[in-house]
Amino acid sequence: MSLSMSPSAVRFLLNNDVVVLENIDPNLTVLQYLRDERFKSGTKEGCASGDCGACTVVLAELSEDNQALNYKSINACISFVGCLHSKQLITVEHLKQGAKLHHVQQAMVDNHGSQCGFCTPGFVMSSFALHKQNNTPDRAQVLEALAGNLCRCTGYRSIIDAALTSSQHAEADSFEQHYQRTLQQLIDFKSLPSAQFSHAEHHYFAPKTVTELADKLLASPNATLLAGGTDLALSVTQNLATIADLVYLGDVAELHTLAENDHEFIIGSAVPYSNFTPMLDNEYHELGEMIERIGSRQIRNHGTLGGNIGNASPIGDMPPALIALGAEISLQRGDVERRIALEDFFISYKKTVLKDAEFIKHIYIPKAKESQMFKLYKISKRIDDDISAVLAAFFLEIKDNIITEVRIAFGGMAEIPMRAKQCEAALLNNQLCSDSIAAAQFALAQDFQPMSDVRASDKYRMKVAQNLLQKCYLELQNKTIETRVVNYA
Amino acid sequence: MRNLIDTDHSNQTINKAVSTVGLGGVGRSKKHESADKHVSGEALYIDDRPSLRGQLHAAVGQSTIAHGIIKHLDLSAVKTAEGVVAVITVDDVPGHTDIGPVFPGDPVLALGKVEYIGQPIFAVAATSYDLARKAVKLAKIAYQELDAVLSVKDALAKQSFVRPPFTMRRGDSATAIAQAEHQLSGEISVGGQEHFYLEGQVSTAEPTEDGGMTIFSSSQHPSEVQKLVAEVLDIPLNKVIVDTRRMGGGFGGKETQAAPWACIAALLSNVTKQPVKYKLSRTDDMCMTGKRHPFENNYQVGFDSNGQIKGINIEVNGNCGYSPDLSDAIVDRAMFHSDNAYFLDQATVTGNRCKLNTVSHTAYRGFGGPQGMMTIEMVMDDIARYLGKDPLAVRKINLYGTNERNVTHYHQTVEHNKMAELISSLEASSDYQARRAKITRFNNENTLLKKGLALTPVKFGISFTVQHLNQAGALVHVYTDGTIHLNHGGTEMGQGLYTKVAQIVAEEFQVDVDTVGVSATRTDKVPNTSPTAASSGTDLNGKAAQAAAQTVKARLIAFACEKYQVDESAVKFSHNQVVVGSEKFSFAEFVQQAYMGRVSLSSTGFYKTPKIHFDRETGKGRPFFYYSTGAAVSEVLIDTLTGEYKLLRADILHDVGHSLNPAIDIGQIEGAFIQGMGWLTTEELMWNEQGRLLSNNPATYKIPAISDTPSDFRVNLVPDDPNREHTIYNSKAVGEPPFMLGISVWSALKDAIASVADYQFSPALDTPATPERVLWAVEAMKEKATKKKATA
Repeated sequence: MSLSMSPSAVRFLLNNDVVVLENIDPNLTVLQYLRDERFKSGTKEGCASGDCGACTVVLAELSEDNQALNYKSINACISFVGCLHSKQLITVEHLKQGAKLHHVQQAMVDNHGSQCGFCTPGFVMSSFALHKQNNTPDRAQVLEALAGNLCRCTGYRSIIDAALTSSQHAEADSFEQHYQRTLQQLIDFKSLPSAQFSHAEHHYFAPKTVTELADKLLASPNATLLAGGTDLALSVTQNLATIADLVYLGDVAELHTLAENDHEFIIGSAVPYSNFTPMLDNEYHELGEMIERIGSRQIRNHGTLGGNIGNASPIGDMPPALIALGAEISLQRGDVERRIALEDFFISYKKTVLKDAEFIKHIYIPKAKESQMFKLYKISKRIDDDISAVLAAFFLEIKDNIITEVRIAFGGMAEIPMRAKQCEAALLNNQLCSDSIAAAQFALAQDFQPMSDVRASDKYRMKVAQNLLQKCYLELQNKTIETRVVNYA
Repeated sequence: MRNLIDTDHSNQTINKAVSTVGLGGVGRSKKHESADKHVSGEALYIDDRPSLRGQLHAAVGQSTIAHGIIKHLDLSAVKTAEGVVAVITVDDVPGHTDIGPVFPGDPVLALGKVEYIGQPIFAVAATSYDLARKAVKLAKIAYQELDAVLSVKDALAKQSFVRPPFTMRRGDSATAIAQAEHQLSGEISVGGQEHFYLEGQVSTAEPTEDGGMTIFSSSQHPSEVQKLVAEVLDIPLNKVIVDTRRMGGGFGGKETQAAPWACIAALLSNVTKQPVKYKLSRTDDMCMTGKRHPFENNYQVGFDSNGQIKGINIEVNGNCGYSPDLSDAIVDRAMFHSDNAYFLDQATVTGNRCKLNTVSHTAYRGFGGPQGMMTIEMVMDDIARYLGKDPLAVRKINLYGTNERNVTHYHQTVEHNKMAELISSLEASSDYQARRAKITRFNNENTLLKKGLALTPVKFGISFTVQHLNQAGALVHVYTDGTIHLNHGGTEMGQGLYTKVAQIVAEEFQVDVDTVGVSATRTDKVPNTSPTAASSGTDLNGKAAQAAAQTVKARLIAFACEKYQVDESAVKFSHNQVVVGSEKFSFAEFVQQAYMGRVSLSSTGFYKTPKIHFDRETGKGRPFFYYSTGAAVSEVLIDTLTGEYKLLRADILHDVGHSLNPAIDIGQIEGAFIQGMGWLTTEELMWNEQGRLLSNNPATYKIPAISDTPSDFRVNLVPDDPNREHTIYNSKAVGEPPFMLGISVWSALKDAIASVADYQFSPALDTPATPERVLWAVEAMKEKATKKKATA
């Protein structure tokens, strides 16, 4: 492989072609790059905000052990070009071989899965990524993989049927044929030094170690941290901002680790949702189910837990869930590391205790114990890919019918993800019974004064929050009754 | 002599053609003509076209207040911003400044006054999309604010209308209501709807050598774009060409709403003499283009103890936004469909066209019909709860009759009415009664989750109610290699129009549908076209294309008769061949003979819909050529603690006459149903007290996503039942009618809510029925039940 250009340039494969980027604006999105720089117009812009999936492309990336390629769908419209480093970028144009459609494309044609066709390339790419990981997906897996792709024409039935078409016996596609070569090329790219490039006054740096990261932030405390970018990119595509100094966390090895000990899970802050979800789902199934409704598959393939926390949005879904679980986080500045309770991280609207040049390193999530109960509810207008009106998380420890420990946290009820302290007090050291629940519901109204916005009114938020306490109680009383619309089959 | 063209004259071609499936194709499930291009990313939309040399990008500066006078407009910073090449205001418009499609009222750029937040005030051409969007933010604008009308109630109080009110009347409803055994009244607020076509509004203008413009527009109405561009530039129509190959969705949102952006691109192109592209960002698209009209409707009804309506007054109040646009016809259609499938007997239907300081609302699939139908479907549920009957029984007893009880409130006789049979068939196939019993059991056993079931019908009138629009033209060329080229006035927005019309032409010549090539709809190919709207695309353009094909075919037959001295009856087109007496030729071979025989192989075709007329003065006539019908059964589950819900199963039976393409028709029905469900459930438009749209992006405005499609979704076409009217191959229009099948989901939600109080009351449920509205409706039911118990 020729490395004649700067060793710190961004290198990736565009299908099978090696691309080296070193004089390009780091604010450029993958979608803009494809459409405006490479004249590849198959990937569409539907919203430029990661909500519609028309721009879905697939990244093939190395597994942790460098032995395999993982195919992940992402939204090109809210991914910056730097994130392509050491990946293979596959777009809808790369699937067809000569005159022959790829089997996921042919299935869409055979099932009449396109009408206006504008969303179609995105669906094709989401389906392609799904079939790369699972050649006989079931309906639930199809819905999970395609929930981030909106279609306004078909009503989806035909698209679901197409994606359900087994590819078990399909002939090897070009990616399979070139698998080993691709794998080796990505390994070669990965061994290069940290990616770093500038364009005019805009800089991009992707450190590979925590030390590099810490040093960079000490030197440039105003640099903007970029993890999945699923929120940050909106400032560029929607608010027309430009970011002068981007520091990408996706290549920092120590932030990419998943570990556990006998009492907790330790998740690197830059690990995308898709990577850590199975581990958490195994321990807290309700959490796993809720995560499947955060954003979309494309968002979860890119978005990170560190980003969700660091963003400090009042409507982020993970912080209240993790606060209720008693999670902690570690923060690092220079070579100084500190560990705090997650609930102490948030100060006020979008304000946190994070100091200049400090970054979130790991998230510590306690493991479940026998006597504990964890209940989680995400309330939104739409089931798929919708921001919560209310996110409610209930953690209870009950011994001899007495509530000995309780943490109740909400999203969407205040300017930060927050515990309902008076509500908790009404329950602590009491029996779990309808009287204590009624008292807790009453106390909840003292804890919060929620706001009205486009998602829900203040009254609805409060009413639902109170009703969810009731629901939690009913579910704990009777574990066999069906209580959830979302899961009802 | 060299061959005219290389065609294979061997019998092999003929035999191959005979054995290949896929001839003609009318009635078959042909794939969409662009399907292969859609899935491979090769299908080109306007924004995908290669950039032209010197191409600039447009953006507009928008009003930040809902109503006011522009006191001062300082564009100096805009003009000097990076990349800006030109800045224009309304003073730079050489021709007409008003681009209202039917009535005036829509200035292309503000004329000293602004009437909604988002109204374009000035426009910029810059070297890039981002630079244009950044530059427009630099304007300094001072306004003198005026009172804004921001609610229908306020508009009614102030008599603020974009067009005068209108009433349709049959008999004496006031007396009939008063004399009926029972009376009820009610009101409902029906929300609007963002089109959310996946491809946003976009146009490219390219100056031509003669002072004209070539426009590429994502438009359902290229002829109107042509007319308005010519008018703003003050040039004749023959200097403007508009080209629309395909849209990434339209749904009515690109009928009139595509033109402003084409006009602005053309104005900027005219000033700079460079090509200009104007693509709206998603948020700009959502803030600056009209939506489905929100309506506030009310009724007073009189009925007998069987639930049969004796008399009714209905008032529909459309929120039209700031200008007339198409609102006169849209509110008319709401009035026409205030009966849905039911005989109203003595009826008075009044429609108000309220003027508000919001974006001007516009065409959207159903064109007011859905909003009109909501009132009468509410009436059905209200009567049923009042009498303690299953709403389906009340719906059935009110259906139009076949020989009597069959005249609408606008005095059109409902003919060929098979709604009762259709409903019976669906009731049986969906297992309605058994599921009703099962649901009652479920609801008795569950306090938290409740189920609801509803069957609602749709009867939708087909034709533009503006008579002159019911015409179409087409152009068919046959080339000497036997391939055919087709153009017509209709536009392709995903509905499969190009595919269906190609099938029709292929059917006429009995050749493979692949033989028929279709290219962009262009104003220089087929002139003076109507919008592709009102579900009429195939009815009109299919007939016009058939006429064109038949003209060419007649010439070929005449040529065959003359050359081979046979009778007309001895000439047959079949399986890619022309059979003349005992001789057989491949289609291409025969076409070559005709060419050598100097036969014209190209023709236009024209069609106008027969029978229709309507006198708006008297409110009487036959506005519709025929009715499209269908019905749906929906089963839902609701959570009485959160208001969350899910559609568990939907069964649909829809009548498309003799289907031209069952796969495409089923695709239209499924898509329309889900879109209709979205309108009534999760799609919530929200404006704040200043008139600013808050739900202005897909993060805040939620159209149905993939999990909203029911896992049990059974869609069937009424088994071949040809349209009794002479439509194209006796098919029926399908674009809009199934949209209103979504009403069954709303009615099922109400059924589930009613179960909370043992079906004693009819829940009020405004739309969209978001989880929040469902929860409040549940709470209201609980309260009513408690009150009743207390007083009992």
